Amino acid sequence: MPELSTPYRARDHARSMHGKVIEAMPTLPITGAVGVPPDIDPGTLTWDETLAAGEYASRVLKRGSRLRLINKQGDACAQFLCYNADRPIERLNVADTVKVQWNAYLGEGKLLLSDMGRVLMSVTRDTCGRHDTFCGASSQWSNAKKYGVGDNYSPYPNARDRFLLGLLKYGLGKKDIPANVSFFKHVKVHEDGSMAFVPDASKAGDIVELRAEVNTLVIVANCPHVMDDRPTYTATPLRLLAYRGEITGPDDPIRNAGPENQRAFENVDDFYL
Amino acid sequence: MSIIYDFTIAARAPWSHVVKQGQTIRIIDLEGNQAVDCILYNAHDPAERYSSCETVVAQRNIFLNVGTTLYSNEGRAMMTITADTCGRHDTSGGACSCESNTLRYGHHTKHQHACVENFIYELGQHGLGKRDVVSNINWFMNVPVLDDGALGIVDGISAPGKYLDLKAEMDTLVVISNCPQINNPCNGFNPTPVRVVIKE
Repeated sequence: MPELSTPYRARDHARSMHGKVIEAMPTLPITGAVGVPPDIDPGTLTWDETLAAGEYASRVLKRGSRLRLINKQGDACAQFLCYNADRPIERLNVADTVKVQWNAYLGEGKLLLSDMGRVLMSVTRDTCGRHDTFCGASSQWSNAKKYGVGDNYSPYPNARDRFLLGLLKYGLGKKDIPANVSFFKHVKVHEDGSMAFVPDASKAGDIVELRAEVNTLVIVANCPHVMDDRPTYTATPLRLLAYRGEITGPDDPIRNAGPENQRAFENVDDFYL
Repeated sequence: MSIIYDFTIAARAPWSHVVKQGQTIRIIDLEGNQAVDCILYNAHDPAERYSSCETVVAQRNIFLNVGTTLYSNEGRAMMTITADTCGRHDTSGGACSCESNTLRYGHHTKHQHACVENFIYELGQHGLGKRDVVSNINWFMNVPVLDDGALGIVDGISAPGKYLDLKAEMDTLVVISNCPQINNPCNGFNPTPVRVVIKE
């Protein structure tokens, strides 16, 4: 332990940490981002942050922004919620998302729909293809059952508490936690309704890229999936990269992929008139 | 057990009532294939409410049937299905809304009555509101999931007189929307009344 008996010594000790770099941290200033994928213009980057196991982040993305989730080592679990940032009483509705699009597993070209008939985000790229929309977030009690403890302050924080913290920072709270999506984790539903967690549904380097169709508040927690029965708390680093992009135009292929999509975008257009 | 409450919910109408711990509520599909949208709240702390995710993860199955425990967002048992003559019920498809109807069927359906209208109206009677609407249960509704993830509301498997019993594990505010949807098979394109009977 350093001897820090005066404010000056304590200050110097604190300042000696300046510039320290670890894997799981935000990059500030954003111009310092390294390892930016070649298809992203570094000049358009707005956010670069990596979440280690159990970590979370919340942020508002401007309309047109892209958010790329990168499953760096293949075992991240991106438990995800999003809200209309201008009126967060409008939020992701997983049931409408799967029902309106006639499919439960999401994938490239699918939409994340709000409870007000609008598309909040579009899945513009997806190298993984199947994600969970049924199981929601891990909780204190589900983690405690598997790892002994699951409190937010413990070594095994749970996604539900992570969501709550992210929401509280925007003046929202417990009642604002709806069912969420978990990217990079697949839960197979059989004909009899039984569910099976599919190990290794994603691989290192898989990406999901989301386009914000409205100004969007996103909350991401990288905690082990609630159906992941491995006894060790396992989630590998999740990188979040956001960059500026054009607002979706009338000829966009996702917008025109079907009548439900068209009307979800028309309802967004209507919101901004 | 004696009947302490007996009420017929009109077609398209909302309804709510507290079912006390130990009491059993029977929901009867009087005319058949009538979706009954339902959300549960802890009667003493409505921030604790039904969670579809907790419920399906606990039983590792997306369908609700006899033996299913309905869990809250706090991981506690709210109600248990103690009898069921229908076979299975949905908790994946959510509630219809004016807004989602515009996506599913067209902007012309914007002004048709919908379950979310019923839910928020009824929640408003209890000082609750839109933040309190969560992924719900759809009694008597049939929503299969196919191998490729295809999901949809299809022809029902209920029939006139089919019912289920729910035993309350805590004092539970039961909020129902007797589904008014007329654009899909969830009500056989014809919304009809349902009956609720509480026994203790």
